[in-house]
Amino acid sequence: MCDLIVEDVRVPICYLCETINLLLILNMAKVIKLRKGLNINLKGKAEAKVIAIDASDVYGLVPDAFVGVKPKLVAKEGDVVKAGDALFVDKLHPEVKFVSPVSGKVTSVERGDRRKILSVQVTADKQQVYADFGKKNVNSLSGEQVKSALLESGLFAFFLQRPYAVTANPADAPKAIFVSTFCDMPLAADFEVVLKGNEADFQTGIDALAKIAKVHLGVKPSASSALANAKNAVVTVFDGKCPAGNVGVQINNVSPVNKGEVVWTLGAEEVIFIGRLFNTGKVDLTRTIAVAGSEIKAPAYVKALVGQQISSIVKGNIATDKKVRLIDGNPLTGLKVCETAFLGAHSTEITAIPEGDEADEAFGWIMPRFNQFSTSRTYCSWLMGNKEYSLDARVKGGERHMIMSGEYDSVFPMDIYPEQLVKSIIAGDIEKMEALGIYEVAPEDFAVCEFVDSSKLELQRIVREGLDMLRKENE
Amino acid sequence: MSALKKYLDKIKPAFQKDGKFHAFQSVFDGFETFMFVPNTTAKARGAHIHDAIDSKRIMSFVVIALIPCLLFGMFNVGYQHYLATGIATPDLVDSFIYGFLAVLPKVVVSYVVGLGIEFTVAQWKKEEIQEGFLVSGMLIPLIVPINCPLWIIALATAFAVIFAKEVFGGTGMNIFNVALVTRAFLFFAYPSMMSGDKVWVNGNYIDSIIGVRGVVDGQAYDAVTMATPLGELAAGDAVSASAMDTITGLIPGSIGETSVIAIAIGAIILLWSGVASWKTMLSVFVGGALVAYLFKDNVTDNFQWWEHLTVGGFCFGAVFMATDPVTSARTECGKYIYGFLIGAIAILIRVLNPGYPEGMMLAILLMNVFAPLIDYCVVQSNINKRIKRAAK
Repeated sequence: MCDLIVEDVRVPICYLCETINLLLILNMAKVIKLRKGLNINLKGKAEAKVIAIDASDVYGLVPDAFVGVKPKLVAKEGDVVKAGDALFVDKLHPEVKFVSPVSGKVTSVERGDRRKILSVQVTADKQQVYADFGKKNVNSLSGEQVKSALLESGLFAFFLQRPYAVTANPADAPKAIFVSTFCDMPLAADFEVVLKGNEADFQTGIDALAKIAKVHLGVKPSASSALANAKNAVVTVFDGKCPAGNVGVQINNVSPVNKGEVVWTLGAEEVIFIGRLFNTGKVDLTRTIAVAGSEIKAPAYVKALVGQQISSIVKGNIATDKKVRLIDGNPLTGLKVCETAFLGAHSTEITAIPEGDEADEAFGWIMPRFNQFSTSRTYCSWLMGNKEYSLDARVKGGERHMIMSGEYDSVFPMDIYPEQLVKSIIAGDIEKMEALGIYEVAPEDFAVCEFVDSSKLELQRIVREGLDMLRKENE
Repeated sequence: MSALKKYLDKIKPAFQKDGKFHAFQSVFDGFETFMFVPNTTAKARGAHIHDAIDSKRIMSFVVIALIPCLLFGMFNVGYQHYLATGIATPDLVDSFIYGFLAVLPKVVVSYVVGLGIEFTVAQWKKEEIQEGFLVSGMLIPLIVPINCPLWIIALATAFAVIFAKEVFGGTGMNIFNVALVTRAFLFFAYPSMMSGDKVWVNGNYIDSIIGVRGVVDGQAYDAVTMATPLGELAAGDAVSASAMDTITGLIPGSIGETSVIAIAIGAIILLWSGVASWKTMLSVFVGGALVAYLFKDNVTDNFQWWEHLTVGGFCFGAVFMATDPVTSARTECGKYIYGFLIGAIAILIRVLNPGYPEGMMLAILLMNVFAPLIDYCVVQSNINKRIKRAAK
């Protein structure tokens, strides 16, 4: 039996409860059932508890994490900054600031080829000093005032936009703001764990966003009340397998982006940042991230700041018996990093999987390979039910031209032809790309397609190149 | 196995760019990936984990699905041979051994010529060897009559691999089904070797390698004559094989295409493993059945309208040729149209030009040309929807 309390609907534990829960949400939200997709069951899911970690000495803000931005430094090496002071701005839109997560001294600006800024590193003070932006009552503010508060505090930098899946441009007037409150990528953090204790800030954040444009919230069927009954937002329930949690998939199923329209998207945890700004006057970029994966000894959640050095997050928690790949993000969309790198601005998890570069598996084309996961029935994983897999980072095949058809379509729950779109990007056919809906997609929407692809094409890279091609064309 | 891997790693530098055997790098890489799954790991950006499926696994399963046809074809060659020499109930094992020895040279020639060209072109382009020919190489011997000389098969395979595949960019880029282009070349360049009465039953398998017919077990024959059901339809004769025979496959015909049962086993393997599309397969049969039924009064004695689906390579083409993912329609909706038209056109060619033996081959080649158009129309409707939505 499960407890059914009116104000706080508990996660259901039987079918009857799930139906009742769904009906309660149904009364106020539309349910969209997505039939296409794939859930990948990996070992090492994070347990729903938060364990303590030490702060790191150095914090780094990486401009690459803010896609599409040309950074212009405003803080030099040696400057003393408060938490919330700008480190660099967008060269093309200087009102968009990128702020320091901690107070301290800017110790180095790491540069790469052609003086590209790789990271701006700040050595943190023992006692944190925050820039004060003033507590504000969101209900009394106008849309313009909310926007300028976000720009001033550096929180605007977290907004992404469709088309092009790049950092948003404050000069645009978006037709809506979409927030997805769940991520169903393998090993991704569960937002319900992140939300605990932050419900008030989350609602304030939604209220603030609602002043700028209509807010659409995407929730999963078992969402808690704070999400399912959020005010000032249109809540839609998405019932489906990964990538139902992708904001791009949700936009396409609710209100697709047409040519000429702009939509802004924001991560669910970043809405909490906004709420904190208005409720406390401070920029507090503390995230609750998942540390997960088969090579993590004790997968759990930790509180870490954006830009925290990864060595402090995973200290003592990585298996040492084999070569490990550390990923800033989840294994489908994340970035491979080493321990000296910094937690990415948008990242909600750190995962560790085996590298696998010395696996030497023999006769892969005919052996049963019981430890491998595949959607194809030429392997045995379809018989294994809910088995958890420890997948390594091997590509497991050579790159080929596209041979099998229908592979991408079965895991792409958008009203777009993914194969034809990818082919038009490879061919550089701009008219075709536009006609097929490139304005609606982001590389992460193709992550599951890249996983199941038998031709091993780098689909996310191809889509990113296509988006960049089109952005340059339309400038 | 680890000893073998160590050995391969040791000799690998000799096959790299500056090594002694750099001209054989593609061959070495092909051999290494045949023995071991490549250890290459994913790049820093993109999906870090991948499904275990790859091109090799898919092609392996298609070849496995072809094995029942191959084995039965070998048996049938021997069976027909012994029947023709007057033995009423040929011994099963003898038949198989005879057929095995008769068919094996064709399989070897097909693979050696095709893979030789593919290896050369891969090395020339400095790319990996692609697996597409593993399937085509098995299909080619199964769609030629047993008396087809080996040098002609070699020539046709070379033509098809070069002009129907490599010229377009290799596996995944071809418009036409490579095995069917081989057969088309054979049929139009050497029609006497591909049709008529004399090609279907083997007199002496050694002589048939070089194309000499005449001696069977010491007895001189001009040729062993036996007509296929389609041949009899063409001549307007009553079909001598019973309906059951056309299903079990104990009739003369191209090596692998006679037995519906063996093809059905292959179809089950392909459908269940998800390698072939059931939409295409089903539509071919539906299209064929519809046209065959419409023309059901147009047949000779002892031939029911539905036997069109069991003779003349119709089943083989429906299961193995039409479902080739590269050359068929690629949209799910397009597959229904593509399959339906293949079945319909194949039977149409056959009834209007009675017993014309190449109905299935020509229907599939024709629809290979139209598949991109079918896909274009399906995708265009999606594009129009988007434009209309933007205009609203």
